Parts: sequence; structure tokens; C-alpha cells
Amino acid sequence: MSIPLRLTVNGERRDLVLEDPRVTLLDALRERLHLTGSKKGCDRGQCGACTVLVDGRRINACLALAVSLDGASVETVEGLANGDALHPVQAAFIAHDGFQCGFCTPGQIMSAVGLIREMREAGESVGDAADVERVREGMSGNLCRCGAYAGITEAVVAAARAEAQAGEKAA
Amino acid sequence: MNLFAYTRAASIAEAVTAAAEPGAAYLAAGTNLLDLMKGGIATPSRLVDITRLPGLDAVEPQPDGSTRIGALVRNSDLARNAHVAKTYPMVAEALLAGASAQLRNAATTAGNLLQRTRCAYFYDPASPCNKREPGAGCQAIGGATRIHAVLGWSEHCIATHPSDLCVPLAALGAQVEIAEAGGRRTVPIGDFHRLPSDHPERETVLEPGALVTAVILPPEAAAFSGHARYLKVRDRTSYAFATVSAAAALTLENGRIGAARLALGGVALKPWRVAEAEDALTGATPDAEAFSKAAAALVAGAKPSGPENAFKIELARRTVVRALTLAQAGTPARMPALPASPFSHAAGALHA
Amino acid sequence: MPETAPRIRQGAGNVGSIGAPLTRREGPLKVTGRALFAADTLPPGLLHAALCTARIARGRVTGLDVAAAERHPGVVAVMTPDNAPTLAKDPDAKDGPFTFRLDLLQNASVRYANQPIAVVIAETLEAATEGARLLAPRYETETPRIGLDAEAPFTPPGIGIGQPPDEGHGDVEAGLADAAARIEAVYETPAQYHNAMEPHAAVAEWDGDRLTLHTPSQGLTAAVGRLAGLFGIPPKNIRIESPYLGGGFGSKGAISGPQVLACMAARLVGRPVKLVARRENMYGPMGHRAETRQTLRLGADADGKLTALDHHTLTASSRFDDFFEPAGGVSHTLYATPNLSVRHRGVRVDTGTPLFMRAPGEATGSAALESAIDEMAIACGMDPLEFRLVNYAEVEPISGRPFSSKALRACYAQGAARFGWEKRPLQPRQMRDADGLLVGWGVGTATFPALMFEAEARAELRADGTGTVVIGAQDMGQGAWTALAQIAADGLGIDIAQLTVEMGSSTQPSGGIAGGSAHTATAGGAVHAAAQAVIAELAQIATTDSASPLYGAGNAGVIARAGRLIRRDDESRSESVGEILARAGRDRITGTGKASADPAAQKSYAMHAHGAVFAEVKVDPDLGQIRVSRLVGAFAAGRVINPRLVQSQYFGGMIWGLSFALHEHAALDPRTGRFLNDNLGEYHVPVNADTPAMEAILVHEDDPHVNALGVKGVGEIGITGTAGAIANAVWHATGVRVRELPITLDRLLG
Repeated sequence: MSIPLRLTVNGERRDLVLEDPRVTLLDALRERLHLTGSKKGCDRGQCGACTVLVDGRRINACLALAVSLDGASVETVEGLANGDALHPVQAAFIAHDGFQCGFCTPGQIMSAVGLIREMREAGESVGDAADVERVREGMSGNLCRCGAYAGITEAVVAAARAEAQAGEKAA
Repeated sequence: MNLFAYTRAASIAEAVTAAAEPGAAYLAAGTNLLDLMKGGIATPSRLVDITRLPGLDAVEPQPDGSTRIGALVRNSDLARNAHVAKTYPMVAEALLAGASAQLRNAATTAGNLLQRTRCAYFYDPASPCNKREPGAGCQAIGGATRIHAVLGWSEHCIATHPSDLCVPLAALGAQVEIAEAGGRRTVPIGDFHRLPSDHPERETVLEPGALVTAVILPPEAAAFSGHARYLKVRDRTSYAFATVSAAAALTLENGRIGAARLALGGVALKPWRVAEAEDALTGATPDAEAFSKAAAALVAGAKPSGPENAFKIELARRTVVRALTLAQAGTPARMPALPASPFSHAAGALHA
Repeated sequence: MPETAPRIRQGAGNVGSIGAPLTRREGPLKVTGRALFAADTLPPGLLHAALCTARIARGRVTGLDVAAAERHPGVVAVMTPDNAPTLAKDPDAKDGPFTFRLDLLQNASVRYANQPIAVVIAETLEAATEGARLLAPRYETETPRIGLDAEAPFTPPGIGIGQPPDEGHGDVEAGLADAAARIEAVYETPAQYHNAMEPHAAVAEWDGDRLTLHTPSQGLTAAVGRLAGLFGIPPKNIRIESPYLGGGFGSKGAISGPQVLACMAARLVGRPVKLVARRENMYGPMGHRAETRQTLRLGADADGKLTALDHHTLTASSRFDDFFEPAGGVSHTLYATPNLSVRHRGVRVDTGTPLFMRAPGEATGSAALESAIDEMAIACGMDPLEFRLVNYAEVEPISGRPFSSKALRACYAQGAARFGWEKRPLQPRQMRDADGLLVGWGVGTATFPALMFEAEARAELRADGTGTVVIGAQDMGQGAWTALAQIAADGLGIDIAQLTVEMGSSTQPSGGIAGGSAHTATAGGAVHAAAQAVIAELAQIATTDSASPLYGAGNAGVIARAGRLIRRDDESRSESVGEILARAGRDRITGTGKASADPAAQKSYAMHAHGAVFAEVKVDPDLGQIRVSRLVGAFAAGRVINPRLVQSQYFGGMIWGLSFALHEHAALDPRTGRFLNDNLGEYHVPVNADTPAMEAILVHEDDPHVNALGVKGVGEIGITGTAGAIANAVWHATGVRVRELPITLDRLLG
């Protein structure tokens, strides 16, 4: 069985032929496209290490069948930075020590990028303590066994506020 | 995961025909099905991909005051839909209390209705399970049963239904629209899921090939928008299934309860709704006594299915009382930062 | 091939050395997905392997449908006991207490659920995984023994790393008899699984009798030794690459069976093979924290001084190997009492062998001891912090040795002040927040031994002012890439931006074990020594060169700083590395160094890090749901190499303590020995929303004895103290003492 699959990955058209309909988006990215930034921690949608954006929304790549996503646009951690210039969320994770071992980090970062977009689209702010609670809840689909949650939350809040301020200046 | 044939359906008729074939299963987001397939619990020979079916991804308020929710509407889209959030706030709250943001972005409305139990024995192919293999027996009985049923269970199955969304849908009397070979029909959600009885393998009224196309909230469901809450008691602050949950909605008229809607989650193989509990509230003064009476009526007949779940009966009572208390206080102007959480009423812990 | 990043340069913006809060040097690689973990290795011709594991806990495999698996499209081979490559050594042979018995398809016996019983190798992961399912094993099943009541307890020969099971002094019964107040309580802690986010992964490739293995390892040298023995090849034929570990927590300390099975599979098929454990595969062959039942009996006199402390632990090891959780160790350390007894007993059960898991012994033991101390304080009518101060151990109990340093009083004081402890009512159920939630405060004492292993390192300083250190050390998130660089940069006297660190490979000098909270002391000590050797030679050249401004200063008379050697007594006289080497006709100087514990100091001093953790919890009075709202930890652990990373280690440990108190619990069905929650959906660890407001106070502590760098470990101590503090806070909020962990809402419904 060979199944053609067209994806746009990090803005680039990637055509591939799957030998098998069982391939998940995560395994297509990691094993077929050699984009190993997205991690497999549980393969069951229980840890969030595989989080990527599909058509702009964060999902668990391990629970999505690649064939079903034919034509979709996928953003992974590899596509965030602009050359050597880190995406603000990436920079914030370093500045706030939002990781230790780094294994869950690509998923955390993609989840954070997705969360910030969701909050922006919903007109939600990150101005006060309640919003920090909102970030904590919004990042709860990403387990971190090292226990770097405090830094993760700080990083996401800082990146979201910076983006909001930049948006205000631009407006 | 077994090898399967893959079909992308272009129309509902095509989908229903393809899925009527023995061994076929529908694929929407796959957030539950793929997990079951990875565990060897589901082994469909054909997946009929319905994600490209037209017309199933909209939330449509109808002229009669009802709201039609397409089967493929994603959980997060449904929760953030302005009409749903305003008119059926406890539906939005339940959705946002479920799973994780990533799963909510993928999972669909119909998929939520059709998700399978979290019973560990169901998930263990080496354990006998009457759901997986009729007549095999139930390994959960006599085992670890903390999450198991206290209502509606049978000696053949003590599992619970894990959905959050279904609880307020049941309370609000939603209708499930089904397409099948003979045409379309609607079934009240209360009749959609089956209790285990002596056929735990029959989980819903769906016949082979039948496709859920929509969930419809009836016109009268809109009356509760001002006093409606979902409360979910759980072992983690987020990303955990309900130990017990409750949806409670009231209309208040001149200091009395006009109408009431109540349902429990996490206690049975379907959302638990009892007419007597709602009747007990109708016309009553909204106070602790009335709420306790309603709670008692709702859990009437409850019986532990194992020593570890006896606590759920009292917890269910208290959860109902609290949910009613919160509903009486009024739907919050903004969705709590921790939706449906007992910790969500912390002062200021709200977001838009 | 994507970069493996063995060479890391510090980015712009960070200048500094020991004590500076530098960000992680490997940070840019980790946040961009370019840090390559073992499973990210994709050599040409790679095959995928999947484990078939036992669904019984005890018995034999009587049949596997190999033909069905082989028929599945893409399956290349099925490895079973019938065709598994012959090993040079019985994997059940013990070389020492750290050689754990492995299940490597040597026979049909099943000793625990999830034991590997076959491996399917295929062209794709999908085919391998389905092939493993199609094997549909048949068994001859025996009734498993599960749980601490499985059999009559016995006295194990040794506990933990071989400590005696029974220790003590005085007469506990007499001490209890003399007491004005007594408590006796039984605490139970469940089996827990490490659950590093990165599953054990191995990409193995053979070239004749040479093996290249990409796999996460907390101890590269030991892993090489184990593989060399099993495959009958010289250690030099084995190269293990482990630049990053996606968490270890002890589970990657000794190489596990599945990692070896990957090597066997690659040998069987003659192609590179990748085997990544599925999450459920990690509940069995990779070790766990054993369950304990701890009985504590305490007595105190009218002033609240402990007259006796009896700490009895019952724990479980596997039916086929020895690891006994040393839960009583904390009672050796923390409180002064004239009558002390610490005993351990064991049973054998049909599970995988338990292993070291973050703070082995101290985590389980302090959860019980710190609850018992709280209960004793209550029985004495005393504030629990005051009670701890009254019973403060000035010297190590039992051994009587002085502490090399112990700033625990300062930890108590600073933590209490920051937390606001003085406002705590003595009685429980006295505090509510604005929303009516019950509020409780608890304290726990933290402690972890300051250990040290053996390591060596190589350092190089070049004429252009750049340097390199090379050490087979491991970074599993604790920050070795950064901390070792800071130590090396200071040692070589260069800016950290000029330094390259190479680590994470078994081809490098042994970095020892990344465990026991000893890696910075051990690997850092070796790096420090190597740098010192380089500087000593450089100083020798300069001070004996009459053309140098440093001529005649003597080796000890110069210091290295900013790429120069400087006269200690006259800092105006200095010379750059380049100038010194140019005259000597050299372009570089290389040195090696070693580090190990100083036996004399170890004999003279008790060496432990200490801390105090203060917890605030909120409990719904009707629904029982619990949330930790605030954690303040104050820790003293010697010299701090990097406060940013140390704070993160403390936070991580405290989250583990929270997890211990409220979440973690491996559930097995005693009828079958199978797991009911071998997944991350049902085996709960905290999520982000469970995270309280946290503070970690880095209490100043000088320790001249502990090691050359004066550092103690920080990776594990955060758990200890925290679990007890939270349990005590739950009691304080509710008046309910839950002695069986984790504390769940059903226990608090009243």
C-alpha cells in the first residue's frame, strides 16, 4: 500500500509517500521527514511532548493519523527560530530556565505558542494573577517530569506580555 | 496497531455505506480511537475518515431557539463559540475542564459522546471484559474499582463513562442526530448511551454504520444561561478525568426555582439524570435543604460496585449540592481560569 | 545528520564563572529541537524494534505465534529465546551490588509483568509494533505474589548500596518507657515509577565486534563494562553516546534490559536497530521505587526532647534480585535521641527489581519520619518547628561524627521567616481563605547525603586563550553542561565564552555516575583538578622563564584569570597565556585530573546537605480536593556553582515531593500482578496547574571538608522534607492524618 501525503511543514511543501496508513503525524515527522524536534513521550496523548501546530492549532501529533491530515499545514519547533534569532517564546524559556532535561521542551514551546495565539484570538490578557492561573491551566497538557513548571509559566507569561506590548505599540 | 484499509468519505451516504461493512469504524480526530488501536483494544479492518464530510463542523442557532452542533465541531471551537458560551455556559465550562488544550483542539463533539470508558481492565487485553468480548466476564469486579460506577452498573460491567461534555448535554436534554442507511433520526441523549445490563458490549443505540451527525440543544435549554455551572472533582487540578462531576442549571423566579436541570458524571456508564431530583427543586426555595433533597433523589439507589468507590456516593451528593449552590449564585461573567474546578472560585481567578 | 552538539560555546551575554546565574549553555539547542536525544539518531539502513512483553507476572511463556509476526508486512526478524544471540555472560550473574539481573531472552521464564519476552524487528516502527502484538503469547501462569504481605518478612543482607539493615544505639524500649508522651504510627508509601519524559531508547549498530550505541545513560563507564561483559568484547570496542538524557532520576543509572536487547537485535539482523521503550514497557524492567510500610515509634520527655526513636521499614524487592529501599537512613541523620533503632525488613514479590529513584531512601523515609515528628510534636503540644529545634542533632546520631557543615538552623529560620510561620495556629482546621477553603501549614526537614564518586577529566588551554575540557559526564537536566563549564573556566582562568566542553561520550575520560546528587562534586572535581594541572604546568613554564614578568614567583605565587597568569603578590605583573606559550614554543598545554572522595575526611565527618520546607495547602471542606498553594524551601548545600540552576533543581525536587504526597501511585492488580496504570494518563504526576507558588532560598554554607569544591548535591534534597511538609499541612488544614500516601480526596471527605 502506498499513500501519497502532502503536508506543508514549517512553510515548506513536503510530499511523501506512506507505505502504511498507520503512520501518525508524529512518526511521519520524526521517522520520515527526520524532524526529530517533536518528541514521543507516551504515544497516547497523555504527555504533550509531541505537541505541534496543525493549521495553527496545537494538537498531540501522536494521536493524529497522518493520512487524515493530507493537505494540512504543520508547524514544529524546528520552524520557530528565524536563523539564529530565537522565537520570543524560545528565548523566554532560556531566560526563565523553563526546562531542565529538555525532552518535553519542544512540546512545551509549541504548546506555549499555541496558547498565546488562543488567548490573543479570544481577546484574553495576561495582565494579572488570574491570567497566570489561566496559563498554568493552558499548559497543563504538557508534562514536565523534571518539575520545571515554575520557569515554564514565567516564560509563557513573559512571552505573552511581551507580544501584547509589541502589539499595542504596533497598533 | 493492526493494518486497516483507509477510506476518505466524501458524503454522508458514502460514509454510512462504507462503515456498514463489518469491522469498519469511523475516524474523526482519532484521539480515543487511535489510542485504543495502539493498545490493541480496537482492531478495525477499515477506517472511514469522516473529517472531510461537508456540513458537520458548524454551530447553528435555529429559528426555533434550538442549537445544532455539528458532529465534527472541535471541543475547543464549541467551548469558544460565542453563542454556546453565552447560552449554554455549563457546556463550555465542561468542555474546558476536559482533557488538555491539545486534545480539545482535536477532539470532536460526536467523538466525545462515543469515547470509551477508562476502566483499566477494559484497556488491558489480557483481562476478561464483557465489553470487549461478550460473555468473557468482568475483571474489574473484585479488582481496583476506585473510578468505577455506583449507579446503573450490573454484574457484567461496572465501568463509567468518562465524558465531561455529555453531563451538561444530558442535563439540558440534548438530542443526538443520527444518519443511518434508512435515513436520519434523533435520539434523546438520555437514551443514546446504554447502561451495561447484560449486554455491556452495546454501548449506544447506534447500529453498525450509523453516524452521529449532530447534537441538538432544544429551545428550552437556553433558559438556564444565567444560572448554570459544571463542577468537576478530580485528582489533579487539570488534565484528569472526573472522579465525580455535576452539571446544575436553574431558572429563578421571584426567589423560587422555576426549573432545574441536574446530571452527574463519573458515577455510571452514562450521565446520570433523574426526573425526581429536578422535580424536587421545581418551585422550591433555592437553599441547602432543597439542594440536599435533590442530591439525595439523584443518587437514590446508588450502591458501590467495589469497596473503593463507596466514597463516590457521598461525594456525588456533595458535588451536586455545591454545583447547585454555584448555579444559584449565577453564571460567572467570565469563564473561570480553572474551569469547573473547586478552586476556580478563588477571588479574581477569572479570565475572559 | 543533525548536530549532536558535543561542543557548546556560551552565547553572548554571559560572562562569569562559579556563582554566576548563567543560563544553560545548551539552551539554544534544546529550545530549537536541535539537541539530539538517543531516539533522534537515524543512521542509514535503520530498522525498528518493538518489545513483546509478558502479560503475566509469574510463570512461563509456552508459545509465541512467530509465524504470524513474520508474515506481517515489513517484519524482518523475531528475536526470541530460540534465536537470540548468545551472550558471553549469564545476565543473572552478579559482579557486585550494582550489577542488576537483566531479562535478555535467555529462557522462557516470566518473573514480572511487562518483562520483555520477544523483540520484533521491522522496516518500520508500525510493522514492528504490530508484529509484537501478533506474537499473542501463551503462558503457563503461576499465582503471583504481590504486596508487602506476600510472604513472611526477612532481614535483608544489605539495604540501598549495601548499608547494614539494622543500626542504632541505646535502648529504644527503655526510652519509650521513660517518655512523657509517645506515638506509634504506620505509614505506607506506594511503588513509584521514574517516568522520565524520555523513554529508554537505544540505537545500536555493530561493525564486526565493535558496537556503537546511542542511549541515555547516567553512568557511561559502568554501562560499557556491563555491555563488554555480556557481549564478550573489550570495553574499547564499545562507544556509547549520551549527550542528553531526557531525565533519568535513577532509571538510567544501570543499563536496562531493553537497552541491551537493542544491541542483541542489531547483532541478530546485522543492521542498525532502534528500540524505544513504549511508556508501558517502562513499568517493569527499568526499576522503580519500592513500596514501604514504615512503623515509627517515638517518645518524648516533658520538654519535648526525644527519648526514643524507632524506625522500622518493611519493603519489597523482586523475587530474583536485591534492592532494598533504605528508608530508615533519614533517622540516622536528623534528630538527636539517646535511644535510636533503625531496622529494615524485606519481602520478595513478583515485580521487576526496584532501583534507585530520586532520593532513594530519603524520599520514602522522610515522608514517614517528618509526619511522625509532626505527630510527636502535636502529642507534646508543641509547635512542629520548635520541636525540631529542640531535637536538633548537633552531631550525627549513631556515629557521633561532627557534620562537615550544617546550616540547618539557618534554613529553619530563613524559611520560617519567608513563609510567615510564626502566625501558624497550633490547632488544626483553624484557617480558611476568602473562598472558605480550609488552609493548613506544615513543615518538613530535608536532608540528603553529600556523596562523591570517582571521575577523571582532560583539560586543554591553547595559545589563543581558548580552552577545552573533556569528560564523559552526563547532563540529564541538572545542568552539567553549564556547571562544569563554570568550574572549568575558573580553573583555567579564562572567560567561559572561550571554553568548549565536550561530554556525554564513553570515549571520554570517565565522568563517574550522574546520580546520588554527586555529579557536580565528582565530575566538577575532576574538571577542576584537570584545569589545575594545566595551570600548574603553565605556571611552571612562566615562573622558570627569566624572560617572564612572573619569573621566580613560584607555582603557588600565580593565579590564572582572564586568560593571564598574574602574580599573587603583585597583580600588576602578569602575562597572557599566549605570550607564555609562544616563548616556550608550545601552542597548547594539556592536563588531566581525577576526583574521588577523601577517605580521611569521610571518616572524620558526617556529610549531608540540609533544608527546611514549608508548605501551605488548601482543601475543599466538602469535596476533599487538595491543592498545594505555596511551597518555601530553604536549603544549605555548600557552595553554589550556579544559583539559577540550583534553584531549578530545588523546585524540581519540591514538585517531586508534592507528587509523592498527593499523586504518585503504581497500581497493580494483586490477582494478576499486572499494572492498572502503566501510563501517564492514570499514573499521575503533577501538571502545571498543580504547581504552587514556589520559593527556594539558597542558604549560605561554607564547607571546608566535604570536597575540593565545597559543593554538596542539590538534585534530590528537594523531595525530602516536601512530602512530609505537605502531609503535615493537610493535617493542619483538615485535622485528618492520612498515613497512606498518596493523600487523595476520598480520605478527606470525613
